[in-house]
Amino acid sequence: MSVRVFVPGDAASRSVGAEAVARAFAAAGVEVVRNGSRGLLWLEPLVEVETASGRIGFRNVRAADVAGLLAAGFAASHALAVGAVEALPWLRRQRRLTFARVGVDDPLSLAAYRAQGGLVGLAAARAMGPAAVVDAVVASGLRGRGGAGFPTGVKWRTVAGAVADQKYIVCNADEGDSGTFADRMLMEGDPFVLIEGMAIAGLAVGATQGVIYLRSEYPQAERVMRAALAVARAEGVLGGGFDIELRMGAGSYICGEETALLESLEGRRGVVRAKPPLPALAGLFGKPTVVNNVLSLAAVPWILAHGAEAYAALGTGRSRGTLVVQLAGNVKQGGLFELPFGISLREVVDGIGGGTRSGRPVRAVQVGGPLGAYLPASLLDTPLDYEALAGVGGMLGHGGIVVFDDTVDMAKQARFAFEFCAKESCGKCTPCRIGAVRGVEVMDRIMAGQAGEIAVLEDLAALMTDASLCAMGGLTPLPVLSALKHFPQDFGAGRVAWG
Amino acid sequence: MSAFAVWDEGEARALLAGMGRGQDKVLPMLQALQARYGFVHAAAVGLVAAAVNVSRAEVHGVVTFYHDFRTAPPPARVIRLCRAEACQAVGCEALVAEAARLGVAVDGPPAGGVAVETVYCLGNCALGPAALVGGELVGLLDADGLRALVAGA
Repeated sequence: MSVRVFVPGDAASRSVGAEAVARAFAAAGVEVVRNGSRGLLWLEPLVEVETASGRIGFRNVRAADVAGLLAAGFAASHALAVGAVEALPWLRRQRRLTFARVGVDDPLSLAAYRAQGGLVGLAAARAMGPAAVVDAVVASGLRGRGGAGFPTGVKWRTVAGAVADQKYIVCNADEGDSGTFADRMLMEGDPFVLIEGMAIAGLAVGATQGVIYLRSEYPQAERVMRAALAVARAEGVLGGGFDIELRMGAGSYICGEETALLESLEGRRGVVRAKPPLPALAGLFGKPTVVNNVLSLAAVPWILAHGAEAYAALGTGRSRGTLVVQLAGNVKQGGLFELPFGISLREVVDGIGGGTRSGRPVRAVQVGGPLGAYLPASLLDTPLDYEALAGVGGMLGHGGIVVFDDTVDMAKQARFAFEFCAKESCGKCTPCRIGAVRGVEVMDRIMAGQAGEIAVLEDLAALMTDASLCAMGGLTPLPVLSALKHFPQDFGAGRVAWG
Repeated sequence: MSAFAVWDEGEARALLAGMGRGQDKVLPMLQALQARYGFVHAAAVGLVAAAVNVSRAEVHGVVTFYHDFRTAPPPARVIRLCRAEACQAVGCEALVAEAARLGVAVDGPPAGGVAVETVYCLGNCALGPAALVGGELVGLLDADGLRALVAGA
């Protein structure tokens, strides 16, 4: 029997035993392809086998299961079988544009990338010319997926219009928000789409050099990205007027802020710069620079290959295209799901996620990372788009959703928000540097039963919101105040009863 | 036995000489030195400063700003335990208590050549609690799994 078996090489899949599974298949003489992950992370390692009727999946495979799977001839009646993978409801209800290829094939095969529509966008961009590319990205309605939601095409237009001897494309791959892993999965599962997106950006604005700033906490993404860049250079995708350098971060949350990232790339402490000047006009080494998130850049090849109208036709309101949801924390079926904007939090948490992993009721969800709001179960009908979340006092951020069950102590979560800010603040502005430390102290007093301190907390939060230089200090009050607003029983006098 | 080379100033100087002269090379240089020797030796600060023509204070500032850089040799085994929100939601703080019971306080001095250090997010948020050991991610970590990691199994 000659079969091809797919065992994901994605870090999340490896974290639950995929390496041992791949070795066991290889030892049995089976041809193993290391694909990316489909994003159905609770099924990992999700092993797939090619059959005449498509790819059949087997969930949570352990090395010890390999002999049995081979003996059974990968029968659909096997206890671990989940049936045809493409027909799984979690995949069928998605609309995968950016992640279309992730999990399908070997991420380092440029031939596979081409066979699945890769490099069509870059070819289209070359045919259209720079100005038309910028127009297409503007028309697509694509907004920055890193968190701020600034229109990507408008940023590109600014850089394209700047006159300079050198311009740069900087990819922000410093995905530090807890609850988010889409950048990592994309770089590990389809690195060429990011390379293609950056090459298109370079063509559009007239930049010859790209830089990927990748966080050091992602060693597997580093290995795949480095190998992919070498392949792209050898195959001539890079090198003809545009090249990309991979730079590693060194453990600093604030370096995900674009100006701190630029400081870090220039060899200094990751201290935030005051804006203006905008990085689009004076960015890396003082030159006009596009700084875009991984997902923003990786959305561009699809837009150029299929047209801006096709992308803009998806979504809702001013949130066009698809949203990459990352469902995490205490959730039964966690993973990555790409859908048009507009699905409600409840559909994601209960429908896709199947409720909590612990089986207890959902008490809170944090949307948008450590600087995002905590929302109570009563707000789960909020649609996931930029404006709707802002409307309930939250933010979409990078699309991460962290689920908590009813054992969570929201005062503790509020205290952690300050603690995190105190540890990761760059220290440039006083409201953030000092305010975060004072915030921890105030929360300690509140948790000790001093309800009168809540007024101090609100005052401090207002000051940090209004006077901080960047989103770190400016948004730390968001999780704090949302916890206080929606879960007042965990603060103040009622706190004593909580224990 | 250490996986790292013993500090050798001459060798370090030669290593830096091939890495360019711009200030933007400060992080790659420090990373290269730490990859080879396991930490940034006190003498390395001056070498990097000289290599890119900035003050030692500038380089010292970089070393102390970023969490990754060590100024002393690392223990034989470092377990980086995620303590960010998604892992909090699935009980990572119970693992912090478990580590203390095992005699390796998180962010405390190493014990028996093992250290457990806090990290905020490893990107394994749907399969937490997560840890990173020797460049490999560990998911769905429980008390038994942590005991095995501490024991070096």
